[in-house]
Amino acid sequence: MKIPLSWLKEFVDIQLPLPELARLLTMAGLEVEAIQVVGLPMPSSADLHSAAHHEIKIEGLSWEADKIVTAAVYEVMPHPNADRLVLCRLDDGQQEHIVLTGAPNLYPYKGLGALPEPLKVPYAKEGARIYDGHQPGRVLTTLKRAKIRGIDSYSMICSEKELGISDEHEGVILLDPDAPVGVPLADYMGDAVLDIAITPNIARCASVLGVAREVAALTGQPLRQLDYSVQMEGPSIEGMASIEIQEPELNPRFVLGLAQNVIIRPSPYKVQLRLKLAGMRPIDNIVDATNYVMLEIGQPLHAFDYDVLKQRAGGNPPTIITRRARPGERLTTLDDVERELDDFTVLVCDTAGALSIAGVMGGAESEVSAQSRNILLEGAAWNFINIRRTVSAQKLQSEAAYRFSRGVHPAMAERGVRRCLELMRRWADGVIAQGLIDNYPLPPRDPMVEISTSDVRRWLGIDLTPQEIADLLARLEFKTEIFGQTVRAQTPDHRLDIGEGVVGMADLMEEIARIYGYERIPETRMNDELPPQRNNLELEREERIRDALVNLGLQEIATYRLTSPEREARRFPPGAAPDDLPYIQLANPIAADRTVMRHSLLSSVLEVVERNARLRPRMALFEIGPVYLASEEGLLPDEVPRLAIALSGPRAPAGWQEADNAPMDFYDLKGILEALLEDLHITGVRYEPAEHPSFHPGKCARIRVGEQVLGVFGELHPLARVNYELPETPLLAAELNMRALISLTPDRFEISAVPVFPPVLEDLAVVVDENLPADQVEAVIRQASGKALAGLRLFDVYRGEQIGAGKKSLAYSLAYQSPERTLTAEEAQKIRQRIIRQLERELGAKLRS
Amino acid sequence: MLESLNQIERQALNELEATQDEDSLQRWKVAHLGRNSPLMRVFDHLGALPKEERPSIGRRANEVKRALESAFEARSQALVQAAVLRSLQAERLDVTLPGRPIARGRLHPNTQTLRRIYRIFGDMGFQVFRSREVETDEYNFELLNIPAHHPARDMWDTFYTTTPGVILRTHTSPGQIHVMRQYAPEPIRVILPGMCYRYEQLSARKDTQFNQVEGLAVGRNITFGDLKGTLTDFARRMFGENVRTRFRASHFPFTEPSAEMDIECFICGGEGCSVCGGSGWLEILGSGMVHPVVLRNGGYDPRIYSGFAFGMGPERITMLKHRIEDIRHLWMNDLRFLEQF
Ligand SMILES: [Zn+2]
Repeated sequence: MKIPLSWLKEFVDIQLPLPELARLLTMAGLEVEAIQVVGLPMPSSADLHSAAHHEIKIEGLSWEADKIVTAAVYEVMPHPNADRLVLCRLDDGQQEHIVLTGAPNLYPYKGLGALPEPLKVPYAKEGARIYDGHQPGRVLTTLKRAKIRGIDSYSMICSEKELGISDEHEGVILLDPDAPVGVPLADYMGDAVLDIAITPNIARCASVLGVAREVAALTGQPLRQLDYSVQMEGPSIEGMASIEIQEPELNPRFVLGLAQNVIIRPSPYKVQLRLKLAGMRPIDNIVDATNYVMLEIGQPLHAFDYDVLKQRAGGNPPTIITRRARPGERLTTLDDVERELDDFTVLVCDTAGALSIAGVMGGAESEVSAQSRNILLEGAAWNFINIRRTVSAQKLQSEAAYRFSRGVHPAMAERGVRRCLELMRRWADGVIAQGLIDNYPLPPRDPMVEISTSDVRRWLGIDLTPQEIADLLARLEFKTEIFGQTVRAQTPDHRLDIGEGVVGMADLMEEIARIYGYERIPETRMNDELPPQRNNLELEREERIRDALVNLGLQEIATYRLTSPEREARRFPPGAAPDDLPYIQLANPIAADRTVMRHSLLSSVLEVVERNARLRPRMALFEIGPVYLASEEGLLPDEVPRLAIALSGPRAPAGWQEADNAPMDFYDLKGILEALLEDLHITGVRYEPAEHPSFHPGKCARIRVGEQVLGVFGELHPLARVNYELPETPLLAAELNMRALISLTPDRFEISAVPVFPPVLEDLAVVVDENLPADQVEAVIRQASGKALAGLRLFDVYRGEQIGAGKKSLAYSLAYQSPERTLTAEEAQKIRQRIIRQLERELGAKLRS
Repeated sequence: MLESLNQIERQALNELEATQDEDSLQRWKVAHLGRNSPLMRVFDHLGALPKEERPSIGRRANEVKRALESAFEARSQALVQAAVLRSLQAERLDVTLPGRPIARGRLHPNTQTLRRIYRIFGDMGFQVFRSREVETDEYNFELLNIPAHHPARDMWDTFYTTTPGVILRTHTSPGQIHVMRQYAPEPIRVILPGMCYRYEQLSARKDTQFNQVEGLAVGRNITFGDLKGTLTDFARRMFGENVRTRFRASHFPFTEPSAEMDIECFICGGEGCSVCGGSGWLEILGSGMVHPVVLRNGGYDPRIYSGFAFGMGPERITMLKHRIEDIRHLWMNDLRFLEQF
């Protein structure tokens, strides 16, 4: 919302420097996002400094008092050498000048001799700094003496663009006829515009009056109320129109006034200037009057051509009807769009049909035109929820809808009509009919809220007396009464944001805190009872898994959780069974490749490997995050936390010395997983061959503890691999179930005693069938040696002629130990024999000699 | 005879000085302490001396022998040491060559910032409570005092799913309702971290996916002053002990009064710089006293209980601390970016 300072000052005295005013408003929740200086002096650096620490952009142009002044043009003469230029005889209050200009809006005066009424204009003298009218954007320039087509030129009559008012450069500004001559233009009409962000709770501040009320409350200055009286000199309005409200819930009030015999013409320049500074385009004095009042007090208004309405009623006084749209009903709005209306859309109609979409936009037919003579003025109140629905359904915004969709108090309807009728009288010479037609079926109940000193203490942590509370609220026009320690506050009839009961109490609390000043409320430490302390094992263990993986040399990544089924399908070879689980699908995706919530964390990680493939030969990555699987129980998906790992590239990072640059393989990934599970003290882990569409069928394993599956890992399937642009080296990946990892992590674990007696160490190599899984050999060794086995490590796997085809040799180093004594050679020998016998019997293993 | 012993000693010590390695040292030992050395010959011939000279000559010969033996030991050790020192010289490395590279793991910067936040609030008694990302409209909006078609809904651009009433949460605030309904009427101090989603055009400052950390304290005696104190304590631990905070009135439908907390720019110390846009202040979090409607929806009577809530974007904190210009870096996983943390 753009608020011109000059307008604000009509309602409240402001002594503060601009930056300080902006800071005050911002701290109270009316965030001033920028200040546009239009003529006024720029804030001094001292003022700026006092407001340092405040996010505020101040831009614009100051008009130098001695160089840019008001002036009078007495005669417009043709230029001897140029048709498109004129020479103006001008008085700047000190002397007469001949000023050259090409402004088309002065051509009509050319060659008329001395004008009966001088034209008042802004005049920039030699050396004045203004914006260059001929360059796009805002480029400062200094007026210099020059000869143009043989005529000396050193000064100019200014356009709006040159003064930084608007981008208008077609003509020069023609000031109102009552403008003085020879005074600094900045004194006459210099301004500054505060651009204020209006949050939904302060809809009442979407007006000059609304902001002025806040300034008054914050500075303790009195607010100058508007005078809503109208000079009514026409006939009585009674019988000239009537109003029928069908749904008071949606249209609690409708007020009509009538201005007769108006003369439609441009508004006074100062009115146009204000509208422009506030961001609206001046149209004519009637439409401008409605917009002016809307900006001034926040009540949108609508002007109908009374004669058109009468004609539509067959010459009878029109009846205004407000109702919901009928099925299939259509209306062409002012923006020339024919709109299909919803059954909740409220229309302003007459007996012949719809005139406008209530509170949003008028229809074309009954609009005020240059020929209009009699104006029927609408000021109404609408249900804001319904207006907002209409706005979003019709995708139609307007200044009126902006305000109505945030809530305008019905009391404002009458005030708006009164203020506007008076302006039409002044600006358009209208004769105002006596009285108003006011249909007010549903006046709101303005809440009466009680708030006590102990409420304030409990909610804000400050001690205020009942009188202090009442005074703070009174500054915002609440009517207050004090009963003991309680203040009873009556909500003023310009706001709809105060609730009843305890909600109203909180609403008042905010107003008290804002006006009292947030910065004055002391910072304290909570001294309330501490809540019961609870562990969050899930998070603790998740973080521990992160740490473990980082310790194992992996880089954590974080990816987007929105993807598309096509992107995720890349993890499977062509022809593999597709992922047929239903996805959580967006109704309004923002991009074609982000339409669903992911099913596969593996996919996310593979995409990251692909993205970095050309940058890094070696990658070791992991991510922990959810996938979203449709659940059978209800609406909402199961958000299943997963862990995905990807490895690729040389085993050791490249340096200047020789390193193990063999590519990482299945066993590198397995080593990481084993170390992770060991770190978590998860025991009883089994690895079994598995089939999974994403993985190489011979290089894929499932991790299992008891009946629980922790996940799968392996080398990416060569046919899935080609779906990605990956480096040459094998890509190893795992996708694990975090819930299983977390639930299998024991709360506690026990250590085995550090042995006192030395172990007996020996090696054992056995030859077994190639296809025999190594874990079976290990299981037999463990079983045969029992408690005596203190260490078991596979140190070699050998295949070759020596042992014959279809066989492999597994070599283990073993340690036997007793907690009670040093084992003798005979005892060790016995264990060894037992192991060999059992391996032979159960697995057909032969001792390798 | 005594004179000749002195001569033997002088000569031997002189020659010992000249030995430079183990070989010459051994040769010296044979020559001066060996079976055929002049000294040994003196011992051999002691019996042939007159009886009265024997004790003094014998004593002197023993003295010389001990002197030569200990001189030999000393010389031997000196030579070993010199040899070691020489070989150490030869083993000298270029210490400026780079070390052997380690395949180091790292936490994602998001995790690092989240952990910092957890720890600071953990110290103040706030525990972590997590809740779901795919939410109902009811939890994300209605129970938080944001009814359907309310103008406040314009504050969030929402991703809707094809299931009516199911959305991607636009903030972590639905967790407030979950945690209150779980724990009412016990007092609550939690932080609620997690991923949120907004229908935003992608830019350097905004992304469709972002983490949020919400906080909630509910009890019988919790004030706006406590809100200011708690969040200022947080800011000091997060951004520096002397950092200044300011609380600006703001609006969130689920808190009242509501406040934005700014901190004095820690890059420029409040003087104004490009990071703070010249203002000297950085917007860090939104906060406020829990709205009575929200308390009630959570199962707490607002006549008895009060509380405060706040929400911040950890990515923004990460970006500010490390001067990251584009938020998308935090999700693109370019290793050239991640490896700097
Ligand atoms: Zn700064």
